[in-house]
Order: sequence, then C-alpha cells, then structure tokens
Amino acid sequence: MEKFKMKKKFNRKKAYAVHDSTDHENRDIVSESYLETIFRRFRRHHLAVISLVVLVVLGGAALLAPVLAPYKPDDIVGTFSGAPCKEFWLGTDQIGRDVFSRLLYAMRISLLVGIMATLISTVVGVVLGLIAGYFGGVPDMLIMRFTDMVMSFPYILLVLVAAAIFKPGLWNIILILGFVDWPGIARLVRGNVLNLRETNFIKGNIVAGMPLSHILFSEILPNTVAPILVYATSVLAISMLDEAALSFLGLGVQPPAASLGNMLNGAQSLTVLTRQPWLWIPAGILIVVLVMAINFIGDALRDALDPNSGR
Amino acid sequence: MTKYIIKRILIAIPVLIGITIIDYAIMCMAGSPLEMLQGPRVSEAAVEAKKIALGLDKPFYIQYFVWLGQLFHGNLGYSIKSYQPVSEMIKSHLGPTLLLMGASLIVSLLIAVPAGIYSAIHQYEKGDYAVVTFSFLGSSIPGFFLSLLLIYIFTVQLGWLPSSGMTTLGTQGGFLDVLRHMIMPVIVLAASMAGSNIRYIRSAMLEILQQDYLRTARAKGIGRFKVINKHALRNALVPIVTVIGMEIPVLFGGAVIIEQVFSWPGLGLMTMSAITSRDYPVIMGVCLLSAVVVLIANLVTDILYALVDPTIQLD
Repeated sequence: MEKFKMKKKFNRKKAYAVHDSTDHENRDIVSESYLETIFRRFRRHHLAVISLVVLVVLGGAALLAPVLAPYKPDDIVGTFSGAPCKEFWLGTDQIGRDVFSRLLYAMRISLLVGIMATLISTVVGVVLGLIAGYFGGVPDMLIMRFTDMVMSFPYILLVLVAAAIFKPGLWNIILILGFVDWPGIARLVRGNVLNLRETNFIKGNIVAGMPLSHILFSEILPNTVAPILVYATSVLAISMLDEAALSFLGLGVQPPAASLGNMLNGAQSLTVLTRQPWLWIPAGILIVVLVMAINFIGDALRDALDPNSGR
Repeated sequence: MTKYIIKRILIAIPVLIGITIIDYAIMCMAGSPLEMLQGPRVSEAAVEAKKIALGLDKPFYIQYFVWLGQLFHGNLGYSIKSYQPVSEMIKSHLGPTLLLMGASLIVSLLIAVPAGIYSAIHQYEKGDYAVVTFSFLGSSIPGFFLSLLLIYIFTVQLGWLPSSGMTTLGTQGGFLDVLRHMIMPVIVLAASMAGSNIRYIRSAMLEILQQDYLRTARAKGIGRFKVINKHALRNALVPIVTVIGMEIPVLFGGAVIIEQVFSWPGLGLMTMSAITSRDYPVIMGVCLLSAVVVLIANLVTDILYALVDPTIQLD
C-alpha cells in the first residue's frame, strides 16, 4: 500500500512536469513580454493577489486619511475611554480622541516610516554592494568587514541604542532604521555583481571602453533589480515591525502623533489591557495584516521574478 | 580543512577589533561621564581634575587602548546609576536570559523541523498551504502584540498563567513555578523564530528531495518512511545547523522586548532599564557581549557547516 501510494505520487509529479513544459513552450511561441510573464506568474499566488488588494485598500485609506477620518486625530471629541458606539466606531481613547480616526493617521505614519527606511537602506546597501562587488580588492575587503561588524550587533539592540542616543521622533526613527538595515542588501548586491562581472556582456562593455558609470548603473544594476526588489519587501516588513516595537516601548514616534506602535503603548496599563480592548486590539491587528500582506507579496514576487522558475 | 578553520578565525579577528572600536565610539558619542558631575556646586577646577583622573584629557585612541586593556581583564566599567561593575551585573542577569533563549530555540526547532519537512513532502497540497500561511503569520506578528494577546487570554480571561516575573512573589519558586512563568515568553519567542525557520527548512528539504541519491533510495523500494527519515532528514541537518546560527542575533534582540513585557529578570530587562535611564556603560557592555557571542556563533556555524557538508568549497 505504501509503495503504491508513492508510485501514484511520482506519476502525478511527472504529469505536472510534462504539462508545465508544454505550457511553457506554447507561451514562448506567442513571446510574451517580461512584465507579462511576471504578472502571469504572480497571479497564480492567490494569497498574494488578495494581499495586494488589501494593501492597496489600506494604503489608499491611509493616504486619504484627512478625507476619510470622521474626526481630527488630535481633537478631543468624546468621553474618556468610551466603548465603541455608532458615533465612534472604535471607541475613544484615554483622553477622548476618536480611535478610528487616529488609526487611519497612525497607518499613514507607520507606512511612511517603513517605506522611507526601506528606501534609505536600499540605497545605502546598493551603493556599498556595487562598490564592493565591482572593484574588489581593498574596498571590497573594507566594506565587507564593516558589514560583518554591523551584522554582529543584534539588530534591535543597535536600533534601541541609537534611539536612546538621538532624540526619539519621526525622522530620527526613519534614519535609524534606514542606516541599520542595509547589510543584507549590500551582501546580496555584492554577490550578484561578482557573478555578473564574469559574464560576457559585462566583459564586452569593459573591452569596448564604456564609461564606468554606464557599466555600473545601466548594465549591472538593471540585472540585479529583481532580487533587490524581493529583499526590499522583507526589509519593509521588518522596518514596520521595528517601528511598532520601538514606538510601543516609547522610543519611537512620540505622542500626540499616532503610530500603530504607540497606540499599543497604552496596553501596558492593566485597565486598558483588560477592560478597553478597543484601544489596542485594532492597532495590533492592523500591523499584523499590513506586515503579512507585504510578506505574501514579497514571496510571490520572489517566485515571479525568478528567471529559473521555469513555470 | 584546518587551513579553512584558521582562515575563518583570522578573518574574525579584525571584525572583533572593529566591533570593540564601534562599541567604544558609540559610548563616547553618547556622552562623557563628566556630564553627570556638572552642576552649580561643582567648580570648573574640580571637573578638570576629574577629567585628568579619568584620563579623558588624552587623545581618543589612547583612551580606547586603556579601555581595551581593562576589557581584557574582564572590566567593562561601572554603571552610572548603581555604581556596580557592569560585568557583575551581566553575570547576575545572564542565567534567566540563557534559560529563556535556550528553551525558545529548542521549542522553535521542535515546531519548525517537523512542520518544514511535512510541508516539503506535501508540496502544493492543502497541508503545505496551511503550514506556510501559519509560518507567515508567525513572522508577521509583532512579539509584543502576541505577548499582549496571550496575557489577555491566559492571564486576564482564563487566569491560568502568571504574566510577569520568573517566580511567584514571596515563594521560593521551584521548577514547576518557573516553568509556568516561562510558557508565554517562550511561546512568543519561538513563534517568531519558527515562522522563518519553517520556510527555510521547507525550501532546503525540497531541494534535497530532488537529489539523485534520494531517487536511488526510493528505487531500492525501502519505503517512504525510511527514505524520508533516514536519507533525507540526515541531509536536512546541514541547513538546520545554519538556522540555529542565524537565530542567535534574533534571540538576543527579541529577548530585550519580550523580557520587558513579561518582566523576565534577565539581560533584556536590565538593558531596557539601562536604555531608559541612559546608563551607557551598561548598554554598551551588553552590546559588546552580544556582538561577540554573535560573531562566535557565526564562526562556529561556518566551521560546522564545512565539517557537515563535505561538498562545500573551501576557497
């Protein structure tokens, strides 16, 4: 029975393989563009498609917060710690501000921190990785050893120390997260550049005497964009989680500005935790949903952008 | 092989020196101990005298070497708040943290290894999708939010588990009491680690399942159970070694926040209170310690990897 089951499984796998290859060849005949291929592959990941919709809706809500929010985020409009009702959908907080409106603005801040920090760390990582990978030798050694050093410090600890030294605040948090999270990207880019440098088209460029900036930015960089993009999605997820953790501990975005993390800060008090769940559960769920959506999209992108995936 | 190990250690030495330089530079940037002295009743001359006594008038690199020399004698400086030696403080808080980290690492592997293997064997089936989705949930949920949820459910609503500390106040503790206090923090730390580990082990296992030697094993007709558990699992041990190495820095970071939420009396709680009171010698002592541990963990992982996997290129 056991063997029979296995046999069946093997046959099925083979059937898949045959199906896939013919499918692939047919596509080649109609010669779809690269973007179409990516889109087709991405669409197969249903969870990622749902995540993309969720992310667009939530991102849109965050962008349109001034229009959508029923109240101003910092205005005291209701009773202290009022339970959810018709007037205040998610209740009011300890000093009578509307939780739903604050949540919309908090999402705005959290997404802004995540995106800006990711941009900074990607730029730093790409530049260092390009230099290390292309020039090799002493610059490579110096940059990679420095990367090793930064990576040895536990990430959160480094962020916490930086947050303690510099005054906590929106832009400091963005800069701290951005300048701590680049080593992964630097290593990734360096590895890709090392591989690319051995290819014939780059060697051809060098022989043809093309200017360095052309080789680096017009030849090498476009060929390593896909893995950078995939990695950047995971950095975005991590930055948003870290912003939440920092703000939760009171070292991140400072009140009265709302961020998803500092809205959870109130839950450290026992009354809020036990009696007023509307003050902390929605913010927490929103973080989980946002980060999970980003992770699912990143995973699907990894598959869709992989030139060797062959499906 | 010996050559490779020696080379890895030689590369690690400049990194180690670099770590001490960064650590010292951050500590200096954070503020000098003289700031604590300043006040209306302290004269300029007294501050100046203290400066010379502490060696702060010497150039930066001399100060660094003096500090480094002290370091080799196991002296990490003194806490600004409690005036205790930092090394003593670390020593007394290390036990609970190691207990928490060790337990979480074991629990996360106990979840991740079977789940990752199951998921790989049943690729693209319902079970696989469920496991992968759960693994994403695990790595997407902030540790502190999961802690709050657990406290809300198990402490506030059900009253089953204690939410803070390591032992019940006023009692001696004992094994069972500590165990009860450990359950929630361990779950939180293990969940976040298991999330990424499951996906890592799954993809490693998928790669192994396609290898020729597994086809040979299957062709011999020794049965599915033996193929997976004897031939595949043994080779999957290689990526598991890497996973453990990768988790060490995550554990250190995660412990800081989780210990804060559960008031677990470990290194993390000590660091967090040092951060809020800006006690830089303590903060940087912990940073230095964790960086060195991470460096050594990476070194050991690389060497173990080379020992376990004979096909790895040693250049």
